[in-house]
Formats: sequence, C-alpha cells, structure tokens
Amino acid sequence: MNYPTDLKYSKTHEWVKEEDGLTVVGISDFAQDSLGDIVFIGLPSVGDTVTMGEALGDVESVKAVSDIICPVTGVVEEVNEDLADAPESLNSDPYGSWIIKVKEVSATEELLDAAAYEAFCATEEA
Amino acid sequence: MKLIFEQGAEGHCLHLLPACDVPEYTLPNERTTPIRLPHVSENELTRHYTALCKRIHGVNDGFYPLGSCTMKYNPKIDEDMAALPGFTQLHPLQPVQTAQGALEALHTLGSELGEVFGMDAVTFQPAAGAHGEFTGVLLIKAYHTDCGDTARTKIIVPDSAHGTNPATAAMCGYQVVNIKSNDKGGVDLDALRAAVGPDTAGLMLTNPNTVGIFDPNILEITKIVHDAGGLCYYDGANLNAVMGVVRPGDMGFDCIHSNLHKTFATPHGGGGPGAGAVGCKEFLRKYMPGPLVVEKDGAYGFDYPEKSIGRVKMFYGNFDVCIKALTYVLTLGKEGIPEAAKNAVLNANYMMARLKSKFDMAYDEICMHEFVMNLTRLHKETGVSALDMAKGMLDFDLHPPTMYFPLIVHEALMVEPCETEAKQLMDEVCDIYCKLYDMAYTDPEALHTAPHNTPVRRLDEVGAARNMILRYNFGA
Repeated sequence: MNYPTDLKYSKTHEWVKEEDGLTVVGISDFAQDSLGDIVFIGLPSVGDTVTMGEALGDVESVKAVSDIICPVTGVVEEVNEDLADAPESLNSDPYGSWIIKVKEVSATEELLDAAAYEAFCATEEA
Repeated sequence: MKLIFEQGAEGHCLHLLPACDVPEYTLPNERTTPIRLPHVSENELTRHYTALCKRIHGVNDGFYPLGSCTMKYNPKIDEDMAALPGFTQLHPLQPVQTAQGALEALHTLGSELGEVFGMDAVTFQPAAGAHGEFTGVLLIKAYHTDCGDTARTKIIVPDSAHGTNPATAAMCGYQVVNIKSNDKGGVDLDALRAAVGPDTAGLMLTNPNTVGIFDPNILEITKIVHDAGGLCYYDGANLNAVMGVVRPGDMGFDCIHSNLHKTFATPHGGGGPGAGAVGCKEFLRKYMPGPLVVEKDGAYGFDYPEKSIGRVKMFYGNFDVCIKALTYVLTLGKEGIPEAAKNAVLNANYMMARLKSKFDMAYDEICMHEFVMNLTRLHKETGVSALDMAKGMLDFDLHPPTMYFPLIVHEALMVEPCETEAKQLMDEVCDIYCKLYDMAYTDPEALHTAPHNTPVRRLDEVGAARNMILRYNFGA
C-alpha cells in the first residue's frame, strides 16, 4: 500500500494537498483497494459549495456505493470530469486521479500525515 | 446459448393465448410498424426456457444461504391456492359485493400479520421491501407535517443498515444521519443520544440487525427516539428470526414493512413479484394509503383513510402474493410460526458452531437467523478473498452466501440457512466450506480461477457494470 508523504489524509480515506492556492482532494490507495474495482463516480459541479464532513460525491464499486467525504468547506473550482468516463483510474492511480479542487476554503478537518494515516489504516484492517 | 431473438424463423408461431372473449376494438392510433417479437414455435419456446432453467440455481435446485434475503422454501400448496380460478378470474374493478371472498382473504391476512407485527392496521399496496420502506417513512412524514412539526428533517440510520434505508429516507426528502455501531454490532446508545434532537423525524432499524444480532437495548433505543419526538420504523428484512416470538410493535416501533417474499415464503427475485406489507400503530392509520379493507356486519368493503398519503400502487398490491402468504400463515398457524423462527435461529447457530473451528466470525456470540464470517485473516494469509471462496462454492453446486455485506465487516460472507434446510444438508455444506478453507492454503490458484464446472466461468463484473447492454440489438 502506498502512502505518499507529501499528502495529508482524512480518517474517511481521502487525500488532500495544497496546489496553486487550491485544495486538491482524492481518495487514498487504501480506499480504492478496499472498494475494489470502481465502476462509477458521482461528481459535484463547478461552483458547488462543499462542506467538511459531508459527501462531495460518491463512488460505486462492484461491492458497494460509498460516499466521498469532503475534508474541507469551500467552493468547487475544478472537477476532474475525465473520471466520469474512466473511473478505473481511481484504482490504477489513486494519487494521480484528483477528484476536485476547492477554493475559498474556510474550514479543514484535522488531517493525518502519511505515517499516522498508515498506522490508522492498520487498525482499520483488523 | 442463443437468445430468444436468435431462434426460430419467420412463420414459426404458437397458440398459447386463450380465445378472445371480449369484443374486439381498434385503437384510434394504431401503430404502423409491427412489434418486434420473436418468431418461435411452442417447442422452441419450451426448449429455450428449459435451457435457461439448466443454467441457473434457484431455491428448488439446492442450498441458497443468501444472508439477509431469507431464501426459504416456497410451499407448493401456496401456489395451488393462488391459482384457484376464484382468485385468478377476478377483475380489480368488479363490484365489491361480487368479490367478498377476495376481500375477506386480504382482511384475514391483515389481521394475522397485524398480530405478528404488533400493529393495528396493515396495507398490502407496496410492491416489495424498499417500496414498503418508502410508504412507512411517508407515514412518519405525514404525521409530523400533520402535527405542524416541520422542523424534523433528519432520519437516523445505523451504519450496518441495508442500503435501501438511507435511500428511502433521501427519497422521502429527509437528510440521513448515519450512526456507528458498537463493538457488538448493535446501536451505539451514546451515538444515538448525541444524534437525536428537535430535528429528528425518526429512526430506521432492523432487529435482529444485518449482522444477525438481536439488539438487547431495543427498548432503550426506541425510547431515546420517542423522547426526542421522533418515530421508529422497523425494517422487517429480518423478521423471520423473531416472527411469533417477539413483536416489533412491542419493541416500541410505530410502523413496519415486511417482505412477504422473505418471511412469509412467497417466491423471490426472478420467481415472482414481491410484496412489502406495511403495518402501523393506530395513530398512523389515518395516513395509510387507501383503500384499506374493512369488515362491517359480516360484509367487506373499502375504507379511504382521511389524511391518506395517497396510493402507492394501483389497486390492492400484488394480490396473488398475498394469497400465498395467507396460505403460509394459515398452514403454519399460531404454533408453527414461532417454531419456524426458532428453527431458523437454530440452523444458523448450528452452522456457525460447526464452522467456527476454521472461519473467523465477525461477532462470536449466539446469533439469530444469520451469521457473518470475516475472511480478512484468510485473505491476508492466502490471498484468497471472500469473492474467490464464493466462486469456489459454485463448483460444488452451492449458491454462495451474501458477499461484502454488511459494509462494516471486511471480506464478509453472510450465511442464512433458513428453517427449511435439514441437518444432513447443512453438514454437507459445512464440510464443503471447510474443504474450501483448506484449499485456500494448499491450492489458492484453484480458487482464484474458480468456478471451473459451471456453464460460464468467472464473469466480468466490472465490464458488466461499465458497459451495460440492456436491450437486444436488432442491427439495421
């Protein structure tokens, strides 16, 4: 399992990074591995308000549908529309497949660094 | 195999329809292109369905322990009763005085199920379980609205719930509040206390829950919700474990749906339409979908509740399914119904006890009608997943248990043998499960590539989900 050290992580298995003044959100390697093959993604629209702790969209795998929990409160500036046609890239390249970029971030939940997140995932697996 | 459209030829036909016994009528906007129907003879049609039958596995073929689905035997006497011409030749619009027997049947089933549910009124309109949930939660919504209590915008659902629960709440316009389960798989009382408030419309709960555990705190749970002004909805998915033993109405629930195709043994899935009977306490009766069947001075008629949420389906629901359920209830009787529930629980515990020596149980305690195995350790040690194990079972002509549900258990296999399976069969099945477990260590590759003996090998689930072909392509 891959836990890049330049990212922060939420306990609901999203990754977060700051880039050009925007907050970029995706799902972690652990998340995609637990979900199995992802077949659909429900995405928000540009301009939508997203709220920390609430669903920004959802992913459907052959096993289940799961909410993607937004780690920040803000306004959606960009959406990775390519994922709608190729949701499998969330499996093959979870850290390259960003989902949304958020501006005007007014709140961010307490995030874990890579080491703490890896330790957290170990407890989740048990 | 060939699809039905790829069989037969122009001119092949059959005569299965009875002669027309009503005046013929020409529709004002008659279609100009012929309907594209298969051209097959009776012989070709029969062989087609026989070929399909050989490729599937149903309750009549063998063990079918699909957890949470209650795939019990469908007694054939139920079919005989539903096929009586007095029922099949009825028209739903004929005058009530000419359909008294049918109304009496619905009325009797309503009283019997009301007794099992601990509820005062029952409707049979909902077509299946999720439709029943939708109807039940609309009753809760109508109640709050009628009380002028419009601030109640949230429905609480535990994280072990069936996916239909949050979907139902959302469809009814509610915001879903998910609460975590405790380490026993039950409702976490502190999380529930923290979640309820003046915005709580209600709670949706299954008991026993989706991990097969009867929540010992059920009275406290329903009290917490009631004290906050919310109502309690009972998802009857797992009613088979407790029918005739304990009543949802006595647990503190205000309304309930029951899948007649689970608990009351009517056919399931592709075997026939379902039925999601909904029961409620007296104070919710006035919001029920109309009409309800009522009896007055020995005659049966219809009553339209004064503040009804409106119809949820045309006429009276899936009527023939109700006749099958009524036959089941009357065949088992007051003693047979709790006995069936107890045998379902006994069977599940028997299998769990036999499998415990090899498989890890998600919750290692006395279960109700089903139990959940956690294959995480096996997966880590051998690379064989719950999916691989399930596919391996197909080679032994067994339908696999439910996989990857509930979501709170990783690598889950959820087994529900039902009361209608004999000890001999369960022993054979346990032996096969244990054999597959050993095979995971000795020959994991055989399980990664299973099934080997089925008409089709491992299906491309991802391809099926991503590239759905939902209609026949006629070409040009």
